[in-house]
Amino acid sequence: MKKAASSSYTSTTNACKLCKPLGACIAFRGIEGAVPFLHGSQGCATYMRRYVISHFREPIDIASSSLGEKHAVYGGGPNLKLGVKNVTKKYGAKLIGVATTCLTETIGDDVPFLLKEYKRDVEDLPPEEAPILVNVSTPSYSGTHMEGFHAAVRAVADQVATEAEKNASVNVFPGFMTPAEIRHLKEIFEDFSLDETILPDISDTLDAPVLEEYKKIPEGGTPIEEIRRMSGAMASIEIGRTVETRLSAGELLNGKFGVPAYKTGMPIGLRECDAFFELLEKISSYETPEKYAGERGRLVDSYIDAHKYIFNKRAIVYGEEDLVVGITSFLTEIGVRPVLCASGGQSGLLAGAIEEVTKGILPESPVVRHGVDFYDIAEEAEGLAPDIIIGHSKGYHLARRWNIPHVRVGFPIHDRFGGQRLLNIGYRGTQDLLDRVVNAFIEKKQEDSPVGYGYM
Amino acid sequence: METGAQTIFKEREGQIHRKGEEPFEMTCNRDSLAGAVSQRACVFCGSRVVLYPIADALHLVHGPIGCAAYTWDIRGALSSGPELHRLSFSTDLQEKDVIFGAETKLYSALTELIDRHKPNAAFVYSTCIVGIIGDDLEAVCKRVSEEKGIPVIPVQSEGFKGSKREGYNAACRAMFRLVGMRETTGISPVSINILGDFNLAGEIWIIRDYFKKMGVEVVANITGDGRVADIQRAHGAGLNVVQCSGATVDLAKMMQEAYGIPYIQVSYFGVEDMAEALYSVAKHFEDKDPDILRKAQEVVREELSVLYPKLQEFRKDLEGKKAAIYVGGAFKAFSLVKAFRLIGMKVVLVGSQTGTEEDYRELYEITDEGTIIVDDSNPLELSSFLQEQDVDIFVGGVKERPIAYKLGVGFCDHNHERKEPLEGFVGMLNFAQEVYNTVMSPVWRFAPRKVKRAREV
Ligand code: SF4
Ligand code: SF4
Repeated sequence: MKKAASSSYTSTTNACKLCKPLGACIAFRGIEGAVPFLHGSQGCATYMRRYVISHFREPIDIASSSLGEKHAVYGGGPNLKLGVKNVTKKYGAKLIGVATTCLTETIGDDVPFLLKEYKRDVEDLPPEEAPILVNVSTPSYSGTHMEGFHAAVRAVADQVATEAEKNASVNVFPGFMTPAEIRHLKEIFEDFSLDETILPDISDTLDAPVLEEYKKIPEGGTPIEEIRRMSGAMASIEIGRTVETRLSAGELLNGKFGVPAYKTGMPIGLRECDAFFELLEKISSYETPEKYAGERGRLVDSYIDAHKYIFNKRAIVYGEEDLVVGITSFLTEIGVRPVLCASGGQSGLLAGAIEEVTKGILPESPVVRHGVDFYDIAEEAEGLAPDIIIGHSKGYHLARRWNIPHVRVGFPIHDRFGGQRLLNIGYRGTQDLLDRVVNAFIEKKQEDSPVGYGYM
Repeated sequence: METGAQTIFKEREGQIHRKGEEPFEMTCNRDSLAGAVSQRACVFCGSRVVLYPIADALHLVHGPIGCAAYTWDIRGALSSGPELHRLSFSTDLQEKDVIFGAETKLYSALTELIDRHKPNAAFVYSTCIVGIIGDDLEAVCKRVSEEKGIPVIPVQSEGFKGSKREGYNAACRAMFRLVGMRETTGISPVSINILGDFNLAGEIWIIRDYFKKMGVEVVANITGDGRVADIQRAHGAGLNVVQCSGATVDLAKMMQEAYGIPYIQVSYFGVEDMAEALYSVAKHFEDKDPDILRKAQEVVREELSVLYPKLQEFRKDLEGKKAAIYVGGAFKAFSLVKAFRLIGMKVVLVGSQTGTEEDYRELYEITDEGTIIVDDSNPLELSSFLQEQDVDIFVGGVKERPIAYKLGVGFCDHNHERKEPLEGFVGMLNFAQEVYNTVMSPVWRFAPRKVKRAREV
């Protein structure tokens, strides 16, 4: 196996990652009544809103303390407090998730302390005027959007889940899934008669119906009451093989309250799905419902139907680490050869996870690169002769250059419609993904052929 | 329903005006209110917008990754040749750089990238934290410039030092350092630089074609489809033609002062403004080419004969519909108000992120009674105004789009991502077509707001 390596260049060209507070904002957006708030200059918030909107096609209000030059010199405390007050007043927020930015980390604002002061100032106010304040430190100069995402989830669990009575609920930390995937997760838990608390839950807040009147904060999100009770849950399930312990909400609740923590990969592909369903069987003491046995059966059936279209095709997979692991695991099962697995993330766990999900099927583990940009990816791909790339929209230029299909998964999807509704998880989602991958190859073959086949 | 009054911050009342209610008075040019979710961006964003289309320059963002990642290939600024501008370069600062300073990293990143891409110049953008850690960009750029033999220019665009407008200024100062570096022999006396057009969807090519028909030589595109060498000899032009008040007018002023080149301000949006732009340029050169005004009229006549009948078609259906406008710069808003009038529509809300008192006064002059005029607005205000005024279409950028859609209101993208040209005479047609496509779509009848209204009547 080739050793996992990270970039050997000083400069970054066409990054394969986003900045940390963006992940935190998306996570906060998945909590009921919450408004994400960036402590920093206005630009960061505006850029991130733009970016998120282009993917989800939904409004996302990210407040900012809008620091100017004098605040950068004398500290942003007063503006932070004013901003929190204004968001409370105008949005009626139940929770404000304050994430720092590079600027406020560098000038050294002590956000936990400032918020404590603020809370003291508003102590006498009724609860609707004093929302819960969660803070998370998210300097982009260490870490990517995924770390920001996990850090925010962990901060919420840490700061909101107080000592609660033992209860029969199950905490679920899904990682960065699409709204459609969160909806599917809910369905699965319901079918297992489990009472789940999914944190964050962006299924409605970032995929909402059209409205009669504008909602300042969209309906939905993880109810705050449920987050409070997480400390008494019977188990936590953390999805994602590359979530570091220091960022793990599951580990945190285990350490603080003794909630048993389970870790599982993103349920993409047969084996990861099987493991996931087995875990649910264990936790719920129910058998997997028939419905899923049916889905599984159809999936295996279609693996077989599909195999000749795709056998030994060579794929490059890139994007968020957990997703890369899930997709790679799936590709391995259907006979596509992942030749390069790459991510801008740097959890340090990617190579091990890839090895884990490919061993036993692939003779040798694919090349794994972490902390890379698209320049590195293109360079590494040289000589790998890829037939397909699988990842978010930012890799499109490579597919174009190499004239090969590009199946879009992950974030951002800015050049296709419906990224927020993609379903890749579960047997059903894997089926969807398989169809898309196979069709990408069929379409390519059809288009490249001079014959004009009407059957393939 | 939430009325406008409830969603407006007290501090912002002076930044909103309802025409007809009281004598015109407006506060603007203020820092955004903390917590108000302003639609504004930052200084860096302003600089990036202006310099980005210079296609043979290296654009290196010195800062953490986000600032570069969010501006990677998101604008439709086309190039007829090199496409170096479409790559996103960053020094991707890490914790140790922030603690110990990042001058060495900047130096090696610059060297590495210049060797790799052989650009004709390099711009180094400073971001918020660079302003704090205090790297000496000027010194690093100077050193690399000497070693590599190309201009390497720092752009003072620390995000927190203001809004986009300050970023425009920083970009102008950066470009001004290029101007004057090359020979100007052979340039016609009837020549211009096009400033403030970014060649979105190929717009500058349309405009250049009009000027060509008038016999006007274009020395430099600033900056759409721009080239370093052209900008270096831009001081040889007879006139600077500046579009869009905010972005590049500072450069025109600097060039006037240093080289005595006069400038005029124009807009290429809408029929009236487009024609006016050609006529103003023609008038300027009348003494050098007595035939030029006739040639300009010829261009306008030819274009209009195609355009008018088609516009009338759109007008039949659009007459009386209501529009809301919220854009970055106020200049664009002026043209849009006129353009809507041309297709029979009424503007009931108009605002911008960074207009000046003068701008808003002009908007006040050209709009109808009851129109709401607003500075540096936010989603809560905008959504409440859209509901209150019951508009058929909202014109804005990416951040405004979901507000309109969520309420079941049509939308026209008037931002830097556009793929259809909106400038020039053909642009007016595209604009009308886009307005028509969204306003006349059958989908709105299914939106809850419309369903409710249908029930009520
Ligand atoms: S400064 Fe930091 S937080 Fe702001 S956009 Fe840049 S990388 Fe992201
Ligand atoms: S405000 Fe500062 S940190 Fe944020 S995007 Fe602008 S330059 Fe970058």
